[in-house]
Amino acid sequence: MAQEITDEMVDSLEILAKLDLSGEERKRVKRDLGQMLDYIGRMNRLDTEGVEPLYHVTSQVNVFREDEEEGSAGREEILAGAPEAMEGCFRVPRTVE
Amino acid sequence: MREIRRWPAAELAGRIKKREIKAGEAAAAYLEQLRTAEPELNSFITVDEEGAMAQADRIQALVDRGEDAGPLAGVPVAIKDNLCTRGLGTTCASRMLADFVPFYEATAVERLRAAGAVILGKTNMDEFAMGSTSETSAFGPVKNPWNTAHVPGGSSGGSCAAVAAGQSLCALGSDTGGSIRQPSSYCGVVGLKPTYGTVSRWGLVAYASSLDQIGPIARNVEDCALLLQAISGGDRRDSTCLGREDTDFAAGLTEDVRGLRIGIVSDYFDQGLDEQVASAVRRAAGILQRQGALVEETALSLAEYAVPAYYTIACAEASSNLSRFDGVKYGYRAGAQEGLHAMYRRTRTEGFGTEVKRRIVLGSFVLSSGYYEAYYEKALRVKALIVKAFDEALSRFDLLLGPVSPTTAPLLGNTGENPLQMYLSDIYTVSVNLAGLPAISLPCGLDAEGLPIGLQLIGRRFGEQTILRAARAYEKACGGFALSPMAERGQEAAGSEEGRKRDEKSPDGTEGKGGMPA
Amino acid sequence: MKKQYETVIGLEVHIELATRTKIFCGCSTAFGSAPNTHVCPVCAGMPGSLPVLNRRVVEYAMAVGLATNCRISPLCRFDRKNYFYPDNPQNYQISQLYLPICRDGHIDIETETGTKSIGIHEIHMEEDAGKLTHDDWAGETNVDFNRSGVPLIEVVSEPDMRSADEVIAYLDKLRLIAQYLGASDCKLQEGSMRADVNLSVRPAGSDVLGTRTEMKNLNSFKAITRAVENERERQIEILEAGGRVVQETRRWDDNKERSYPMRSKEDAKDYRYFPEPDLPPVMISREWIESVKKRQPELRDQKKKRYVSQYGLPAYDADILTSDKKLADLFEETLAYCSNPKKVSNWLMVETIRLAREHGIGIDQVDFSPANLGKLICLQDKGTINGTVAKEIFAVIFADDVDPQKYVEEHGLLAVTDEEAVRRAVVQAMEANPQSVADYLSGKKKAMGFLVGQTMRAMGGRADPALVNRLVSEALDEAAAK
Repeated sequence: MAQEITDEMVDSLEILAKLDLSGEERKRVKRDLGQMLDYIGRMNRLDTEGVEPLYHVTSQVNVFREDEEEGSAGREEILAGAPEAMEGCFRVPRTVE
Repeated sequence: MREIRRWPAAELAGRIKKREIKAGEAAAAYLEQLRTAEPELNSFITVDEEGAMAQADRIQALVDRGEDAGPLAGVPVAIKDNLCTRGLGTTCASRMLADFVPFYEATAVERLRAAGAVILGKTNMDEFAMGSTSETSAFGPVKNPWNTAHVPGGSSGGSCAAVAAGQSLCALGSDTGGSIRQPSSYCGVVGLKPTYGTVSRWGLVAYASSLDQIGPIARNVEDCALLLQAISGGDRRDSTCLGREDTDFAAGLTEDVRGLRIGIVSDYFDQGLDEQVASAVRRAAGILQRQGALVEETALSLAEYAVPAYYTIACAEASSNLSRFDGVKYGYRAGAQEGLHAMYRRTRTEGFGTEVKRRIVLGSFVLSSGYYEAYYEKALRVKALIVKAFDEALSRFDLLLGPVSPTTAPLLGNTGENPLQMYLSDIYTVSVNLAGLPAISLPCGLDAEGLPIGLQLIGRRFGEQTILRAARAYEKACGGFALSPMAERGQEAAGSEEGRKRDEKSPDGTEGKGGMPA
Repeated sequence: MKKQYETVIGLEVHIELATRTKIFCGCSTAFGSAPNTHVCPVCAGMPGSLPVLNRRVVEYAMAVGLATNCRISPLCRFDRKNYFYPDNPQNYQISQLYLPICRDGHIDIETETGTKSIGIHEIHMEEDAGKLTHDDWAGETNVDFNRSGVPLIEVVSEPDMRSADEVIAYLDKLRLIAQYLGASDCKLQEGSMRADVNLSVRPAGSDVLGTRTEMKNLNSFKAITRAVENERERQIEILEAGGRVVQETRRWDDNKERSYPMRSKEDAKDYRYFPEPDLPPVMISREWIESVKKRQPELRDQKKKRYVSQYGLPAYDADILTSDKKLADLFEETLAYCSNPKKVSNWLMVETIRLAREHGIGIDQVDFSPANLGKLICLQDKGTINGTVAKEIFAVIFADDVDPQKYVEEHGLLAVTDEEAVRRAVVQAMEANPQSVADYLSGKKKAMGFLVGQTMRAMGGRADPALVNRLVSEALDEAAAK
């Protein structure tokens, strides 16, 4: 019951993960992902009927900060590593056509 | 010089505070060894000689003024390169962050500095901590100081190799599925993964947030305790940090294990475990028994489901955690692209290495609609059962004992093409992360090839004290742990070469250390 | 005959909360600062940064939930919604999918056919995104993270509305609730309240839901009304032509008065939600709920009732005064300076609303101090100024918030209270209008009003009306006695 990895699935994963998976890499992804899914699918042999998913391993709840200003970073610091910045803003290729 | 490097942390700090030696001398001694061993090991991505000497001078000034210079006064430390260091490059061994210099600092690093530690540099690792060999680094693989044909383990391979080679007295690593314990085992050093929530994760570049913990790597148990003590405790910047107050790990360190109930996890000795590893671990159990511990076999079950559950959860979280690397705010951006989404895709395709992409793809898949319940949610149910199994076992035992890894360090270049095989080497470590428990790796002998074998002790939640006590008893009974032969040589050969300032590598492993693995 | 269709509408309303700091970090939420100046590693999505929840966000969400009759979840969690977009620095939004903080509430609205209950499916907490501005010249987009991490609640209604009017009534009610609670200023234009409209149509009488679309970019009540009408027509046309409505998100273009599908190959539409591992759950005890309830300020309906019972205002006045929190606040604050509720009410209901309309501003933007209105009313009560002058001065107060006492003095607007001067004017008026005097004397009492008016006119409108009344009356009595 190996999980078959179709090109459509890889196309969709490319969009979700923002990766280009073509040529050799696509072949490898299909193979690796198929193998991994087979392997992790092994979990299904374990009966988890009635077991609640465990989200947090500690029993901690209600960790808050109060609504008090703690100051921000300087704009130069925020933008220091930006691949492209202008007029105090990060800059990206146009988002709307 | 060689003398200085023999002293453990407490002794070194003590001598500096008593002004027997200067903090600068200690830093210089380690930097010299670091330089000497580095061409063979590639355990560092950035060496900050200037910053280290400046911090040593600050410590010295405190000492000279008669002020408290801290419990780690002048102690040289290496920091895994996924921990943010203010003003010092933090690459996660990825092309994606090759030029990233944070303006903020990880809480653990901040605390080490406050305790007087001197930061020598940033250590090499698997890219974004994803790997078990330190070969997925964009800065070239790290070598094992016991035998440079072998890997040091991973992902904190650089930190463990640096300690084993005497390049640093101790180090910080991070452990998501064994990333401190496994390389500690391969490099013959002491590495501890604390209870989830003990050390603040602020400033640790997240791999899998629900599993990541920062921990100490040292050459002996006491140093490990000292370091853990320095970095533990509450932090309002990390909501999952518990604010423990029982962090006096070093002071409470005794070596009395009489009456301590230790369970040998029998499932860990099933198929796949190397015989030499098995017998060394059993021998270690025997030593603890002779010290007065009550040792017996116990089953833990579920071990075969731990790795599948681990990879499902870790990759799911990673796919989300690593989505922030997109070429917009920091880090790598691919050259001119037609449109936003093409920029995203090229940037991430070029910026991430193969293993990182493999995990992002798997993680995106297990969270995607139609598969979430079958994989991700299922893994969380398995995790619940694993926690229950540990709770049950640890209600009968104070500690669980087993190997860290099925084998000793494999040869370099062997794992690239078969990810599953690499993932399986995490079989004894990942369930500890799933359950949020503390565990330590201790050297327990060498195999026939002279490679170190690791012993794992797993404690109850908040049971670090007990783990350290047993570890100390074991260490004492074996007469201490030896560093790699590399730590002992090289001093005489090392000339008085003027210190390079800040040695930063480019992301393809320059200086002829070999490129990325295939 | 053409088929009849029923419109089915549900709303997703985002309300920006009035906290001082962001939801997960200590950066200020202040509006209108230079780009990227209220930003830190957390809200810029820097590596290694972690979120810590602002307690007040939880309390505001609880307060709105309680005021909309919701059940407060004893345990709620945050989830990550994963999608790539540059206004979202982490490329995931921290929101709530699986266990939202409030559920199963309702709001009652007034419709033509009486009171109608609109169900609230849930309210959840989440973070706002940054701001994108497009540089058309360079073909690039600028990103500012000042708004990134500003706390929002999303109020998701049931598909219970059937017309644009109901939508507006619901939004108005929700706006008032949040404003009265102090949880938000709810300004549609500034984006502190945003509504997405889910709309479908079905043949009248059917109880099967049609395929719905989601409409975004609705920046005013007018735009919402137009978009609802437009989308209803569009869907009916498709169905009438035998087509099928496509389930999609559409963007309203208010200038062109039509909507466009927001579709792109790169829009994944699969958000891969999973529980946020960086934030422990929020556990809400009964005690906590009670303490929030206790601190809950007076809401509109309570206020309306109190205005009638405590101040003896007509129900009509109470309704208008409470139609905006700002108006109610002005009313109560002005009463501290002037103890005549009905008079204060009149000034607010009539003049204030008229002037706001004249200035083209909303009531929430009215900005004068209650003290000045209070003083103005007192001046008029004491006869220092008369009504005409008072209106004149109020216009100045409305525009420039001047002190009426000073203004009157500086502009020589004090009412003439000099009896002799007024008496002279009365005598003149009577001499000039003997017919009116005769009319009065022959029993046509109305004629007195004319004489009062003539006297006032002679005084240039500045005489104290009470004084004029008295003196005209006295003079007529005298004439009668002769």
